[in-house]
Amino acid sequence: MDKSLTMPASGPVSRPGISAPAGSRLETGPQGKRPRKVLSSRNIIVYGALGLAAIYYLIPLYVMVVTSLKGMPEIRLGNIFSPPMEITFEPWVKAWAQACTGLNCDGLSRGFWNSVRITVPSVIVSIAIASVNGYALANWRFKGSEIFFTILIVGAFIPYQVMIYPIVIILREMGLYGTLYGLILVHSIFGMPIQTLLFRNYFVSLPEELFKAARIDGAGFWQIYFRIMLPMSLPIFVVSMILQTTGIWNDFLFGVVFTRPDTYPMTVQLNNIVNSVQGVKEYNVNMAATLLTGAVPLIVYFVSGRLFVRGIAAGAVKG
Amino acid sequence: MAAHTQPGRPNQLFRNLNSKIASIPMMLTAVVIFLGGTIWTVVYSFTNSKLLPRLSFVGLEQYERLWDTPRWIVSIQNLATYGCLSLIFSLTIGFLLAALMDQKIRFENTFRTIFLYPFALSFIVTGLVWQWILNPEFGVQSVVRSLGWTSFTFDPLYNSDIVIYGILIAALWQGTGLVMCLMLAGLRGIDEDIWKAARVDGIPMWKTYLFIIIPMMRPVFVTTLVIIASGIVRIYDLVVAQTSGGPGIASDVPAKYVYDYMFFAQNLGQGFAASTMMLLAVAIIIVPWAYLEFGGRKRG
Repeated sequence: MDKSLTMPASGPVSRPGISAPAGSRLETGPQGKRPRKVLSSRNIIVYGALGLAAIYYLIPLYVMVVTSLKGMPEIRLGNIFSPPMEITFEPWVKAWAQACTGLNCDGLSRGFWNSVRITVPSVIVSIAIASVNGYALANWRFKGSEIFFTILIVGAFIPYQVMIYPIVIILREMGLYGTLYGLILVHSIFGMPIQTLLFRNYFVSLPEELFKAARIDGAGFWQIYFRIMLPMSLPIFVVSMILQTTGIWNDFLFGVVFTRPDTYPMTVQLNNIVNSVQGVKEYNVNMAATLLTGAVPLIVYFVSGRLFVRGIAAGAVKG
Repeated sequence: MAAHTQPGRPNQLFRNLNSKIASIPMMLTAVVIFLGGTIWTVVYSFTNSKLLPRLSFVGLEQYERLWDTPRWIVSIQNLATYGCLSLIFSLTIGFLLAALMDQKIRFENTFRTIFLYPFALSFIVTGLVWQWILNPEFGVQSVVRSLGWTSFTFDPLYNSDIVIYGILIAALWQGTGLVMCLMLAGLRGIDEDIWKAARVDGIPMWKTYLFIIIPMMRPVFVTTLVIIASGIVRIYDLVVAQTSGGPGIASDVPAKYVYDYMFFAQNLGQGFAASTMMLLAVAIIIVPWAYLEFGGRKRG
């Protein structure tokens, strides 16, 4: 980033560890020195506001972690923000291996593995299809290709509820309703608009001369794709993998409509565990289960960092 | 781009054949699922399908019944309240955070990571966490009461008058990070010279933001608006996780209404009619935007 400006040693008023002044963008303008006091009061406002906001955003994560490490007696007595007096990992074990949904009492592990079995193939299939589509749209346009693409993009805004029932019928006719294959197909279909857009824009941005040179050398559609485009598009593959992995893992609606109880993905099972009406509510187990379900996208997010931001920006801002 | 193919055209259909074959999944999705599925649902919303879809047309009867159903009215009211407030708050908070982040601060990446991480979580996780925090027996209410303010009442999830605000709090927590990111990208795209010019003219900072920067960021605002709005119409998982539509039907939303009528009440016609209304709502948002965005581009 262009954070080139830093103030010299900060005065006694400004807080330690913070030396870049808040209004430093203005320092590039033609002007003299600013009195330090003004700067530091602005600093306090800026960092104070950001700090308060950060606390608001962090509280739920903190509460989840703290609650999941307490025993039930402590939860009944204390308040949800206090740290655990005695740390116990029992809720985690219980959430993973013993929590009940309906007749099954083998915990969230079942949902976890279902989600893995859904997410991995869905990500691979949808990215494979979308990258080839994007490549065709960018480099091999044919009559009508843009019309299909427009329908696809407009379709991304249609509420899923409108299309769910026809898909149920189609999958039932194909004999895939209620199976993991059906759900994988559904994820590939609904991931297509944004993924195709992502890949199309990326391939359009590559220099056209590359494509032309390969054409002159006699390479065909698939040859250019596998030999030239694929090796050059590693970054966009990573970005779209991040997007798809978190998106599919977090899905609830398709999971609940297109699978049966024994193949429910993790989010559906989590909701069933926490919101089940029978039995005593075990809040610590619930929070441990919630954290376990959120762990996969959170890990993807923290590991990928900037790429995640790039992915959502690319997915959100078209063009 | 279309110039890759030769002008002499021996056979239209076989030109560029590989590309057409490769695009078959996209064409099928676009035509069969998106176009076909939507038309199918709209057509069947005029029938009296119950357990199974049947083509016996009853005109607008399903729609009349829909608008006579109190539950649908409640869900539309909820959607309107939630939608308006969610738009206002997420745009305001998102922009304010982005403006603060744009002050060349330290730890920018740390702050960004903190503001954006809820966006990586699912609505189910979001809903369950906030259900726990807003739990009146153990959550915020009991904590404030234990501090001495014994009459303090804050139980949005158990009070049908304010339950939608409880959902709003959770939704804002989950979604404002994204708005902040989009806004920040927009702010970074503004020429540094604008700031210098405003500085030279002695315009105070807030005025520069209000009268120069925000009008310049119009495209970013429009895009963000469309993204938020189409997400609002879809809201479903969050409500299911946080309140299951309760207390009673107080926090019902159209997406949940559709789902319940299609898969539980065995009343497909109602479900189709309700989902067509959702489609209409989206069309009202999307069509003017698409017209402005793409209609304008072709002319200009």
